[in-house]
Amino acid sequence: MKDLSYSAVMGRKNEIIKDAMGVDYRRYEKEGIIFDYEAMMADCGYTLEDHIRIQQAVNVGNTPVFELHNLTALSRKLAPKGKGARIFLKDEASNPAGSFKERRAAASVYHAKKLGYKGVIAATSGNYGAAVASQAAMQGLKCIIVQECYDSHAVGQPEIIEKARKCEALGAEVLQLSVGPELFYQVLLLLEETGYFNASLYSAFGVSGIETLGWELGHQFMEKYGRHPDAVVCANAGGGNLTGTARGLIKAGCNAKIIGAAVDLSGLHMASDTAFNRKSFTTAHTGFGVPYATNPDHSDVPRSAARPLRYMDRFVTVKEGEVFYITEALATLEGMEKGPAGNTSLTAAFALAQQMDEDEIIVAQETEYTGAGKGINPQLSFARQNGIELLFGDPDEEVAGRNIVFPADPGLLKARDLDLNELRRKFIRRAVKGLDRALSEAELRFLAEETRSDVDFVKSALQ
Amino acid sequence: MAAKGDWVRIHRVLLSAQERTANLPEDTKKVPFEMWVKGHLLMDGEIGDEVVVRTVSGREEHGTLIEVNPQFDVNFGRFVPEILEMDVRLRRALFGKEADEA
Repeated sequence: MKDLSYSAVMGRKNEIIKDAMGVDYRRYEKEGIIFDYEAMMADCGYTLEDHIRIQQAVNVGNTPVFELHNLTALSRKLAPKGKGARIFLKDEASNPAGSFKERRAAASVYHAKKLGYKGVIAATSGNYGAAVASQAAMQGLKCIIVQECYDSHAVGQPEIIEKARKCEALGAEVLQLSVGPELFYQVLLLLEETGYFNASLYSAFGVSGIETLGWELGHQFMEKYGRHPDAVVCANAGGGNLTGTARGLIKAGCNAKIIGAAVDLSGLHMASDTAFNRKSFTTAHTGFGVPYATNPDHSDVPRSAARPLRYMDRFVTVKEGEVFYITEALATLEGMEKGPAGNTSLTAAFALAQQMDEDEIIVAQETEYTGAGKGINPQLSFARQNGIELLFGDPDEEVAGRNIVFPADPGLLKARDLDLNELRRKFIRRAVKGLDRALSEAELRFLAEETRSDVDFVKSALQ
Repeated sequence: MAAKGDWVRIHRVLLSAQERTANLPEDTKKVPFEMWVKGHLLMDGEIGDEVVVRTVSGREEHGTLIEVNPQFDVNFGRFVPEILEMDVRLRRALFGKEADEA
């Protein structure tokens, strides 16, 4: 009889993951703190061309790109003369289950089936659940989605409950949990019990699947407008969206600036039972975006394929009230109703466009589906029920968990830069934590690659 | 009364507050780690009984029976007037006075 206690199960993590993915992550561990990221990405066995073929076979990808004429016009009214880039949107909501996450799910499910697994398991409260459920349905595998969903009063985030409904509608079993990082313990138990494949958000199969999004963007713009976009904004939480998109853009020969965007939830502890229902965004927020950028390897795999600091040029935050406001602007000025969390990058793009020239192009690279529980009205209604004050004013005065401030005037909407060098320094210091020796030249170069900096920067961060 | 074969929802405490990981905020430390899941009942039972179900993936799970024919109660929420106010302000910002004309 296996020991099912928390510590015993977590202690078996590497063995369980190896059995549940067919990947021995120890292969990529090299000298000292070095691990071979590109070898891990290449070893997943799927090239960009493979992903395109797999995704086309299951109706994923090739989503349309829209120019948002009215949002561009509004942003130009607020920008200095000659400024106000053209704003575009990639409509990822038109994927079969309603988000870009299917690019991430397709190869994982395909791979699980190829290796003979009977089912897949994914830990997610987000759109990834619906994506895995949809792919499992199409490819004929069983599927279990594990969600962090309820506080200790069994009150659930409406957005997450809607996703549970969608997963069940697509044939998945949904296991709902209360707040806490022990979710990964429960996932490990389920992997052991079922022998299913771990369709981790952070696997090389998943993250390399998103490369098609960046690749499509590069090619769509060349075909339609004869040029590449100048900036691409990616919502950044776990880091896979940004990592995969950036890698795809590079493969398409596009050197657009890569800008991460996250909803500012600073001050709210992500594992707090009482704070859980005081936030209005359950993903694409700083509570994931910052810790996963500076410490990518604390997920359900030993080494995450999502490493956003390797690719990011800027990382900006926007406020909850601003994202709801742009969600409404997209509906009322552009005629498109989409889920709020999926508009995080568009919100940042609206502000960032005003810093760019009129002839430049900025792209928000996703949208997501909307529905009961997962939309501007249900989410704001839930916030008000939880005592969150809703008001018009200056979004800089928004305090996550206390109020939601809609811009009184669209000119008040901002993209606020996080200090990328500070995040890089945090990454570097965490990577050497507990190490009481000097780093080798190779290790210094590795950390420079991991943070898209140079050896001198790494050395200064370590002082 | 629920009968064998009924579609139900069960609840179970997976880790008591004492069994949880050490690295938690104070409020979360005080509460157990809980689970909810649905399945077909493998025996007759009443609300509050300890039961076993078979989930759609074919697994057996045990826990307390809390709901028979469980429904989703997510909806579009109560009316939020600020959303209409956003529309008005956005149209005015883009179209000027014309936005207010019939």
